[in-house]
Amino acid sequence: MAPTRRPSKSKYTADRGIPGAFEGETVTRRRFMTGTAHGAGALATMGFALPALAFAIGPIFKNNSLGWQTVGTPDMFPADNYIPAVIVIAPGLGEAGNSTVYIRARNPSIDTTAPTQFNRWVAISTRCAHLGCPVRWVPASERFICPCHGGVYDLQGVRVGGPPPRPLDRFLTRLHEGYVQVGPRFSVNSELRAFSPRDPGEPLDGIGQYLYPSRPSVRI
Amino acid sequence: MPKLPAPPIPPRFLPQPPPPGSQRGRPSTPLQKGAEAGKSAVDWIDERTSLSGGVRWALFRKVPKGTNWFYTLGSATLIAFLSQAVTGVFLAMYYRPDAAGGAYESVRYITNDVFLGQFVRGMHKWGSSVMVILVFLHMGRTFFFGAYKYPRELNWVIGVVLLILTMLMSFTGYLLPFDQRSYWATIVGVNINGTGPLLGPYLSDFLRGGPEFSATTLSRFYSIHMLLVPGAIAAMIGAHLYLVAKLGTTAPPWLRATPEPELVEERL
Repeated sequence: MAPTRRPSKSKYTADRGIPGAFEGETVTRRRFMTGTAHGAGALATMGFALPALAFAIGPIFKNNSLGWQTVGTPDMFPADNYIPAVIVIAPGLGEAGNSTVYIRARNPSIDTTAPTQFNRWVAISTRCAHLGCPVRWVPASERFICPCHGGVYDLQGVRVGGPPPRPLDRFLTRLHEGYVQVGPRFSVNSELRAFSPRDPGEPLDGIGQYLYPSRPSVRI
Repeated sequence: MPKLPAPPIPPRFLPQPPPPGSQRGRPSTPLQKGAEAGKSAVDWIDERTSLSGGVRWALFRKVPKGTNWFYTLGSATLIAFLSQAVTGVFLAMYYRPDAAGGAYESVRYITNDVFLGQFVRGMHKWGSSVMVILVFLHMGRTFFFGAYKYPRELNWVIGVVLLILTMLMSFTGYLLPFDQRSYWATIVGVNINGTGPLLGPYLSDFLRGGPEFSATTLSRFYSIHMLLVPGAIAAMIGAHLYLVAKLGTTAPPWLRATPEPELVEERL
């Protein structure tokens, strides 16, 4: 058996004969310097990387509500047909930041949810629940029709054909100083129960509401 | 194990005897003087960097018998990327990522008013499709020739990362002309991304820079398209090429391997 040069290595630097070792010292100066240099490098890197990352993902956590927008007077909106109105959904984008909303008065014979001050008018978003193309209300057939992939919705915005996984989104409405106003968006499941707004393509029935959680940016 | 032979130096790069009539190899004609000046400049750099060894290592490799035109698909993809990079840099001299109408106007200006603008934009637009096609052909060549097998698995993985980055380039570049097609294609694309469970909705917010498509979305896509992803692609291509040079290329699967006699260990 070959003799080992250092048979048992003590964890104390003093026992290992390292010059200038302190009593009870276990970390060599070489190791300490290496660790300090690596730590300083990591600290300096995180000093710019973490703010940059937070800067990029910040919008995920910022709630941006656009408040209430006036769309007309109560006598403009019948209970049996939709009237289009234009609202701003993204300021500073010109025409591309506008969106059409179809509005009718609440009709107690078909709108069975409990009346509140926020659903005296039904405001349906034109954003298709499939992938976000703009749907069009066709009065003759009483259907919302999407030009992209053939999604079809009935008068309530509930899917009757095509690929959409849930009904069309809606907006809260209210009467404010004699004008009808459109407020925050909300999504509905196939029973028209309200949820925080989800992006198109995300189902809300069954497990869908958990697979596609609401986002802090538009939570209501 | 015998030492592997050094990569050969092509004959034209070997020292040449002086042409007849010259005085002991001294340059006499202007052409020779020019060549000598070039050589001394290269020597000056090589003496300080030793780059010639790396160049020989990377370029003067032995390739297996049966190497054919299918092996040029990777280089073709590289050239397509370089073409995209160069035309993209020059398009960025005129493009304005202004969502309130300036982006569309600047693209219209490039196409209609800038000298050769339509050509450079066309190179970039059609080149993007060419690059995607070449990436897939290169991937198919690698797959059907079995060139992804040991020891080249890591290079396959890097190649898949490059494929995904190329797709990200296509997705973000499609928005930049900012016409109706760009706008709605991006709406649909981001929403498809959102259908990924659990993380999808948050990733959509990240891509858009908020819950709605906004002015931030365009500048975000522009930054990803011209800074973030090209840098990542260039770095990944570097790693890809390093592994190609280190591991060498494979022979086509229809050739049987016959090792050089001096490389075969003596068998008893």
